[in-house]
Amino acid sequence: MKNGSYDLPPEINSVLATDCGSTTTKAILIEKVNGEYRLIVRGEAPTTVEAPFEDVTMGARNAIREVEELTGRRLLSEEGVITPRQPDGSGVDLYVSTSSAGGGLQMMVAGVVKSMTAESAQRAALGAGAIVMDVISVDDGRRPHEKIERIRHLRPDMILLSGGIDGGTITHVVEIAELIAAAEPKPRLGIGFKLPIIYAGNKDARHHIQKTLGDKLDLRIVDNLRPVLEKEVLGPAREEIHNLFMEHVMAQAPGYNKLMKWTPIPIMPTPGAVGLIMQATAKKYNISVVGVDIGGATTDVFSVVGDVFNRTVSANLGMSYSISNVLLEAGTANIMRWIPFDIDEADLRNRIRNKMIRPTTIPQTLDELVIEQALAREALRLAFEHHKTLAVGLKGVQKQRTIGDAFDQSASGESLINMMDLGMLIGSGGVLSHAPRRVQSALMMLDAFLPEGVTTLTVDSIFMMPQLGVLSTVHEQAAVEVFEKDCLIWLGTAIAPVGAGREGEDCVTVRGTLPDGTQLQETVKFGSMKRIPLREADLVELEIHPARGFDVGAGKGHVLKTKVRGGVVGIIVDARGRQPFVLPEDSAQRRKKLLEWFNALEVYPAELLARYAR
Amino acid sequence: MAHAYTPGLKVTELATIRKVRRLPILGEVLVQEGQEVTPETVVARAELPGNPHTVNVANSLSVEPEDVPHFMVKKVGEAVKKGEVIATYRAFFGLMKNNVASPVDGTIENISAVTGQVVVREPAIPVQIQAYIRGKVVQVLPREGVIVETQGAFIQGIFGVGGERQGKLKMVARTPDDVLEEKDVSPADHGQILIGGSLVTGKAVKKAMEYGVKGIVAGGIIDTDLLEILGYDIGVAITGHEDIPLTVIITEGFGRIRMAEKTFHLLKDLDGYTASINGATQIRAGVMRPEIIVAGYVPKTRAVETDVAQGLVPGTPIRIIREPFFGQLAEVVELPPELETIETEAHVRILKARLANGQVVTIPRANVEIIEE
Repeated sequence: MKNGSYDLPPEINSVLATDCGSTTTKAILIEKVNGEYRLIVRGEAPTTVEAPFEDVTMGARNAIREVEELTGRRLLSEEGVITPRQPDGSGVDLYVSTSSAGGGLQMMVAGVVKSMTAESAQRAALGAGAIVMDVISVDDGRRPHEKIERIRHLRPDMILLSGGIDGGTITHVVEIAELIAAAEPKPRLGIGFKLPIIYAGNKDARHHIQKTLGDKLDLRIVDNLRPVLEKEVLGPAREEIHNLFMEHVMAQAPGYNKLMKWTPIPIMPTPGAVGLIMQATAKKYNISVVGVDIGGATTDVFSVVGDVFNRTVSANLGMSYSISNVLLEAGTANIMRWIPFDIDEADLRNRIRNKMIRPTTIPQTLDELVIEQALAREALRLAFEHHKTLAVGLKGVQKQRTIGDAFDQSASGESLINMMDLGMLIGSGGVLSHAPRRVQSALMMLDAFLPEGVTTLTVDSIFMMPQLGVLSTVHEQAAVEVFEKDCLIWLGTAIAPVGAGREGEDCVTVRGTLPDGTQLQETVKFGSMKRIPLREADLVELEIHPARGFDVGAGKGHVLKTKVRGGVVGIIVDARGRQPFVLPEDSAQRRKKLLEWFNALEVYPAELLARYAR
Repeated sequence: MAHAYTPGLKVTELATIRKVRRLPILGEVLVQEGQEVTPETVVARAELPGNPHTVNVANSLSVEPEDVPHFMVKKVGEAVKKGEVIATYRAFFGLMKNNVASPVDGTIENISAVTGQVVVREPAIPVQIQAYIRGKVVQVLPREGVIVETQGAFIQGIFGVGGERQGKLKMVARTPDDVLEEKDVSPADHGQILIGGSLVTGKAVKKAMEYGVKGIVAGGIIDTDLLEILGYDIGVAITGHEDIPLTVIITEGFGRIRMAEKTFHLLKDLDGYTASINGATQIRAGVMRPEIIVAGYVPKTRAVETDVAQGLVPGTPIRIIREPFFGQLAEVVELPPELETIETEAHVRILKARLANGQVVTIPRANVEIIEE
C-alpha cells in the first residue's frame, strides 16, 4: 500500500479519520499546525449498523457532525466527506476509516499440521485483523466427522486454507479440502452467497483444490504462506484476506458500500490498523513493543519483535460481555488474590454476572473499582499467555547448531517475546485508558505482564490507534507524530530486577542526576515497590545497580547504564521479584503486601485504603 | 453525547410486536402474506444437507488412492444402505477378498483418487420454522421466511436460558418479594409457565423440569444454582440453545432481587393467558433479551405513559442497576450538568435520586435504567 498508488492531493495538511466500532463510531480531525501534525478534536456517536438504522454512514455522519460543531468547520456534504480541503476552509485533504462493526472479520483457518502450516495460517489471519473461530488440521485430534460437524456449524466470513510446502505431498491438504467441500460451510452474512475461501498452500495441489472447492465456494488462490519450512510468507494471504474483507464482509454490512466511496484508501479492519501503528512506533524507536487492547468482549494483544509482528485475539476475554469468561478461565482464587479485602465468593460471582448482563454500568465505590481492576489483571494475563503461545519461532525448522548453540537452550517453537528485551508496553481499552489514577493502569500492566528489566509504560488516552494505523499506510510521519504527542500518555518507566531474594534485603539501587540538579540515590528492598517522580518531558541517565543475584538487563549483579523517560507516574521500581513473581500464600500476609504496594505507589485514596487495613 | 441513560427493558401491556422468522438456508415459505398464524404454524421449511461421512477406502483396502475408483462397486450418486458394500478388493482369483461397507444410509457423494476417501452423505434433514407467536404474516421473504406481526403484551427480561416455548402463565408468587421454592411446584403445573417474585431456587427449577413445566420467570436466580442446573458455567453471554427442558427468564439480575412492580403487576394481569417465551440472550453484536409475549392481550385500562423520549428528567422513575443500592427503585430528583467526582475518583455524570425509603442518593447516570412504559 504505497502512497503513490492512491489518488491523493500532493500535500496533506488535514485528515479526518473514523473508526466504526461495534458500539461507537469515533471521528478525529488531524491538522498540520506550526509544522507538526496534531489532533485537533474528536467526535463520537453510536454506530448505526444494527436495526433500525442499518446504515453505517449515519453513525459516521453523526460523529463527524460533532467534529464540525466543535471546530465550526464544514466537513460533510450530501455525498459524504468533502475532499480535498477547499479554498473556503471546508473539507479535509484526506478521509480514512477503519471498521470492526458487525463483529469484525471472523475466519476459520485450516492447515495440515497444527503446529506448522495451520499455525502459520492462524498468524496470517490474526495479523490481517480477523477473529479466528477455529483452527482445523489433520492432526488436531478430531475425527473427520467431528471436523465436518464443526465446519458446518461455524458461520465464518471466510476460510483460509494452507498446507504443504511447495513440492511436497498434496494428499493431506486435498483431504482437508474434501472435508470442507463435504461440510458445505455457509457464510455468516448473506444467505445464498458462496463462502469465500483462500488457498495459500502447496502450489502443486492448486489444480485439485480448484476441482474440489471451485464450484461450491468462492475460491481465491495466492502464494503458499509456508513455501519451505524455514520461511513464513504471510503477506499475500493477508492481502487477499483484506481484499475479500472489503468485497464480501464490508459490502454486505449495511452502508459500507457508501462509506467506501468516501475514501480512496481501503477501509481496514480495526485490529489490523492498530497493529500498523504499533509497528510504526517500534520501527521508529528500534525497540520491541507489546500492546494490548482490552475491550468489553475481546482482548487483542500485539507484539513487534524485530521485524516480526504478531497479533492474537482472545475472543472471550473482556471486561463486560465476556467478563464471566474471565471468571471461568482464571478462577475465583486468581481474581481474589489481587483484592485486599474480604469478599464472599458467591457475592463476587453475582457481581460479575450482573456486570455481564448490564455491561454499560461503571464502578461507583472503591470496592467495585478494586474488583474490576483485579479482573482486568487476570484478563490481561490470560490474553498475554495466549499470545505468547502463538508468537513463537517457526516450528519444524532444523536449525544449524554450533557448539555454542548447543549450550543455548533456544529451540524452534520458543516464544519470541523476551520480557527483558521488551522496550515498551502500550495499554488501551476502557479499564486501562480511563482508570481514575494513571498509576492504576501502570500497576495493572506490571502485574499482568510482569515486564523485566527496564520497560517504558504507556496508555492510549483516547482510543484512536485504528485511525492512526490506517493513516500510517499513506502518511507514516503524521500518524506517528500524532500518536506520540496526542494519543499516548507516557506513564513512565518500570525497573524490575529479575531474581528472588529475602524480604527486606537490598534488591536494587538507582542512581542519577535529576533535571533540577538533585542527586538521586534510591535503594529498594526486595518485596517492595517505590515510585520516583519524573516528568514526561524528562529523560534521565540512570545507573541501575542490582544486588547480587538480580539482573536488570546487563547480567546478574551487573550495573546497567541507560536513559530513562519519565511520565505521569514517573519511575516505578518493582522489587517484588521475577522468575518467579510470587504473592504470599497466606491471605492475611498477601493483603498486607497489597496494601503496602498500593500505599507506596499511591494507587488508591489513602483514607479509603485505611479501611481495608482494619 | 445524546444518550445519557441505559435504555430500560420493555415492559408494556400493549405493543406491536414483529418477529422475523428465518430459515438457516434457502428453502420454501409455506404461508402467504396476510395469513393468520398460531405459534405452532410451520411457516417455512428447508432441507439441511445430511451429515457427510468420510470413509478411507484406500486405507481399508490397502490400495493406492488413485486405484480406489477401480475397486468401487457403487458410483457417485448411488444410494447405499448402512452395511452395504461400497468397495471390494479381490486378488488371487477371488480367494483374497476385502470389503468396505457404508457406515450409514445415504448417497455416494464423492470418490477421491487423490486422497482415497469416499464421502457418503446421509439423507437431508428437514428443518422447519414455526411462527412462534399468534398473529398475521405481514411480509414474505422469498425462500427465506416471513415476518409475523401481532398486538399484545410484551415483557423483556434481563437474562435467560432455554429457547422458544409456549405455555399458560401461572402466577405463583403473591408479592414481588416472594421466593419460588420447590414446594410451590406441583405436577399440575405441567405445560405451564410459572411466575415467581424475587427469586427462583435451583431446587424449584429442577422440580419444574421433572413435572414438565415449560418455563419459569422470576426476579433473580443465584449464579451457583444456575451453574448446577446447566451443569456448566456460562462463559460468554450468548444463550438460547441450552439442552434443558424448560426456559428460565430472570427480570432483574443475579441474586435475590425484588421483581419490578410494573413487571409483577402486568404478569399478574396476564395470569391464565397463553404466552410465547424465549430465554435467548445475546449482549453484543445485536442485543437480544429474553421475552414473554402474550398475543392478543387487550389491557383493561390504558396506563399513563412515561415519555421516555425525554430521557432522564426530575420525576423519572428509575431502577439502580449496580452496587451499591443494586435493584432498588428510585425517582430522579436532580440532574446536575457538571461532572462530579465519585468515590472511585472518576469524573462522571451523576444524578440524585430518592429511594423508596426517602433517602436521597448520588448515582452515576450509567448505573440506572429508566422504567419504560
